[in-house]
Amino acid sequence: MEVVLNGNTEKLAKEMNLSEFLLSKGLNPDTIIVEYNENIVKKQEWTKIILQNKDGIEVLKFVGGG
Amino acid sequence: MMNDQLIIGEKSLHSRLFIGTGKYSTDTLIPEIVKKSGAEVITVALRRIEFNSPTGNVMDHIPSGMQLLPNTSGARNAQEAIRIARLAKAAGCGNWIKIEVISDNKYLLPDGYETIKATEVLAGEGFVVLPYISPDLMVAKKLVEVGAAAIMPLGAPIGSNRGLKTKELLKILIEEISLPVIVDAGIGKPSDACEAMEMGAAACLLNTAIASANQPELMAEAFGMAVAAGRKAYLAGIGRSHQYASASSPLTGFLND
Repeated sequence: MEVVLNGNTEKLAKEMNLSEFLLSKGLNPDTIIVEYNENIVKKQEWTKIILQNKDGIEVLKFVGGG
Repeated sequence: MMNDQLIIGEKSLHSRLFIGTGKYSTDTLIPEIVKKSGAEVITVALRRIEFNSPTGNVMDHIPSGMQLLPNTSGARNAQEAIRIARLAKAAGCGNWIKIEVISDNKYLLPDGYETIKATEVLAGEGFVVLPYISPDLMVAKKLVEVGAAAIMPLGAPIGSNRGLKTKELLKILIEEISLPVIVDAGIGKPSDACEAMEMGAAACLLNTAIASANQPELMAEAFGMAVAAGRKAYLAGIGRSHQYASASSPLTGFLND
């Protein structure tokens, strides 16, 4: 199974939910903003989403800007 | 002067200097920059996480109580700006948004048409929308119609530190637009910010001018003072200028009379 994370294809070895996937990437849940198939998903909902083949995930964070 | 507050989106602001958080050698400078500048509004940007180069979180360095103003930098059209605005709001950034729609990479000049479209949608969703624009009166008028909370015309291209190159057009906007006019981009020196405020600008937003100074904390303080001085001068009403001299001391009662 493959998902697209920030534009790059990633292979998943086993079924996992969105929360497990994000933690497996070493991300701090408190500092990121996540879009799942172009819908904003709150942290509380991450465990309810079981990743499907070809899902699109965008992970963003705030950075310095003017 | 005590009651001279800038009201935007039902929020009262005492400081008319808005600052950015980009380009600092380290984000740990930000708390001191905020303190020295006196700013109450601060901008941030939203970006994809880079997995190979993890960096800190800018939000950790922004003092609590600041009004966050996330920008939509990186958006090339209205749709992308709307998407970024909704993400920022969902991330708990509040409902203020600086619309920045740019597809010109050389001068980073904003796209007025796409900015109007994004402003209309987001204002309709309850956002407090502060659009970054070229100082174009017709674009500004449309933004008033579609519900912008302020307009933010540029003084010169972003990050150029060139000052108020658009001065004559800024004056027209200040005269003709009922919303607060916040000069955003291009301000390089405290005297530029002071001049904008003397002209009647409601506030100034700047980033590079502070971040690129040799001593950013000292420059932040200088900008805070310049913006406050310019505002006071505007409220005081600047005296008329004349071609010829007009003696300040009496022209009678000289010793040799």
